[in-house]
Amino acid sequence: MNRGIAITGMGLISSIGNNVEENLASLTSNKTGISRITQINTVHKNDIMVGEISQTNDMLEKKLGLAPNSYSRTPLLGIVAAKEAIAQAGISNIKDCKTGLISGTTVGGMDKSEQYFYDYFESDDHWNHINGLHAGDSTQKIADALGLTESFVTTISTACSSSANAIMLGARMIKAGELDRVIVGGSDCLSKFTINGFKTLMILSDTYNTPFDENRKGLNLGEAAAFLVLESDEIVLRENKKVLAYVKGYGNANDAFHQTASSENGDGAVLAMEKAFQTAGIEPSDIDYINAHGTATPNNDLSEGRSLIRIFNGNVPEFSSTKAFTGHTLAAAGSVEAIYSVLALQNNIIYPNLGFKTPMSEFDLVPETILKHKEINTVLSNSFGFGGNCSTLIFTKEA
Amino acid sequence: MKKEVYINSIGSVSVQKTFDSTQFLEDIVTYNDTTLKVVDPNYKEYIPPAAARRMAKGIKMSAVSSKNAMKEAGLQNVDAIIVGTGLGCLGDSEKFVSDIIKNDEQYLTPTRFIQSSHNTVAGSIALDMGCKGYNFTYVNTSISFESSLWDAKLQLQANEATHILVGGVDEMVDHHVDTHRFIGHVKDKPVAMEEVLSSHTKGAVIGEGSHFFVLSNKKGKSTYSKLTALNIYNTLKKENIAEVITGFLKDNHLLLKDIDGVILGNNGDIEYDHFYTDLCSSIFENTPQLVFKHLSGEFDTATGFGFWLANKIFKTGIVPEIVKLNDKNITEPKRLLLYNQYRGRNHSLVLLEKC
Repeated sequence: MNRGIAITGMGLISSIGNNVEENLASLTSNKTGISRITQINTVHKNDIMVGEISQTNDMLEKKLGLAPNSYSRTPLLGIVAAKEAIAQAGISNIKDCKTGLISGTTVGGMDKSEQYFYDYFESDDHWNHINGLHAGDSTQKIADALGLTESFVTTISTACSSSANAIMLGARMIKAGELDRVIVGGSDCLSKFTINGFKTLMILSDTYNTPFDENRKGLNLGEAAAFLVLESDEIVLRENKKVLAYVKGYGNANDAFHQTASSENGDGAVLAMEKAFQTAGIEPSDIDYINAHGTATPNNDLSEGRSLIRIFNGNVPEFSSTKAFTGHTLAAAGSVEAIYSVLALQNNIIYPNLGFKTPMSEFDLVPETILKHKEINTVLSNSFGFGGNCSTLIFTKEA
Repeated sequence: MKKEVYINSIGSVSVQKTFDSTQFLEDIVTYNDTTLKVVDPNYKEYIPPAAARRMAKGIKMSAVSSKNAMKEAGLQNVDAIIVGTGLGCLGDSEKFVSDIIKNDEQYLTPTRFIQSSHNTVAGSIALDMGCKGYNFTYVNTSISFESSLWDAKLQLQANEATHILVGGVDEMVDHHVDTHRFIGHVKDKPVAMEEVLSSHTKGAVIGEGSHFFVLSNKKGKSTYSKLTALNIYNTLKKENIAEVITGFLKDNHLLLKDIDGVILGNNGDIEYDHFYTDLCSSIFENTPQLVFKHLSGEFDTATGFGFWLANKIFKTGIVPEIVKLNDKNITEPKRLLLYNQYRGRNHSLVLLEKC
């Protein structure tokens, strides 16, 4: 077995809670965050449901001590989550060792760019948002808010697997001795851009999303930011840190099948999971719970389901998708679900796959539908994205 | 034992005629402008015309530069594809936004949205090649390409991969340029190529391009150089940069005199070029100084052009006059150092060695 990388802090804001604790409370009380959209005035508002964070930008900016309309929502959410993670990890001086930041985003500052796209030409009122279109700008703002200078700071954008890949890169950086500590995760806000984009792909559900259900109608878009603090064994030892869980394995592969759709048999997903087992040095039979990507689109759930049957040789362990709670939070989904995986390990629980009624006709996979208490030592979490990107992370209680 | 990292091939589509690998800046494309477009190669030789029609420019440019890099390396496939891009296929993103606004969120088609995903270039290369390996896209402004190099180096040194296709790509798009001109990032008035670096005005001349390289931990017939070290920094205090650079060299058991040339990211922006000129008159005073952004234009992955330039110098032993900033000559270069930053942020140091 290979040694895992310690997770010492977590921070999360999503439609089911403004911090990790609130998220856990919602997950264990069947409280979904899916609702009608209130903060974006889209013509599709009556046709879609979303996982929207109730706090407005004004509220977030007030909380962070920023002037109104200074930042895009993506960095605002990111700063809230990253600060919570830092606090939990008990970091008072972020520069006391070689620290990095790796963030995933797809939307970046698009929420402001789409709002002021033509206004920029009329007045200079909102020119502060022009440079925000760079995905890296949101990461820079998070780094600034954390006081991270002269450091390794980068951004990954691999669609809906972005933050899973940020966690993977962070773990690799610590393993290679390039960093002592790294804050990894992602942030994406809702925008007209993504609402309309997914609408043209005809994969948005007009009601509550129901992953792995025969009659699933597509996904609900969500918004979230989630960050984890990874630290080297030396730092953990030196500071006598409490380790929440370990990043034990990771795998990244490309489906190389279609720009947006997954292959029928989930080839990329199988490869990603195989690699993750390899880096973890464990067997599929060691997995106690799978937090599936499970977006509730016809294509994803079929492809992912088949990949699970292949990799687990028909003997698929307990699994569920938490996207019925949060919606699909795009780039943030991987780190949101990484935190849910750690919470599953800490609390020995499996979350219900809300909305599931009828098994899919193609196979007999049935997700967990009620909160289950069980000794959990190893969790596998999948994240897949456009461009064929497939990523798998494995989290464990013990190193 | 860490493995060595070799640059085994190069491919470029840029504002200059760099797609022809037999040439080396012999026939310069001059301009008098604030924005620059790439010299289009004959895309038909690389992409079926039916597919090319709706293809984003970033994908098209990268199809050419990546295929040229693969061909030179003599490879059909690689273990990983890693791409850096500041803004992805921005032209499609901006068209999709304007369509949303103009059509009040109606009658939209998915192509532009799909191509807006930052990882669309890495994804389309994987799809075209049938590459099921590791696939990553970095999007952190002026260190997007260097993040990709970093990742590749990490994997090759640990022998987790043998051959990796690494690239950087960005498109020049009107709306982006117009809005960034408002905030002083783009020059107000046209400037001639010969004068851009001494223009003493605010902002840069914006270009575009796509550069791909095969990095391997095995030396090949076509090997250009060895990637010895690199580092990226989100910020640096200006007064510390010289110290950071000498420290970086020291970490690699080198002194300033061991560097045969430094390739700098000067772009003619009076507000930020002092990051380079201060070094030129201090630690690099006796080092041959080279520049390239007057040829490539400025964009988030312009350092791909700088990396291409360094490798061409190693391969040919020639330093074109047009890239020389001072009168120090380079003969038989053994080591070249690249230093870049953009608007005082996202600094990178890349050290290449002849092999």
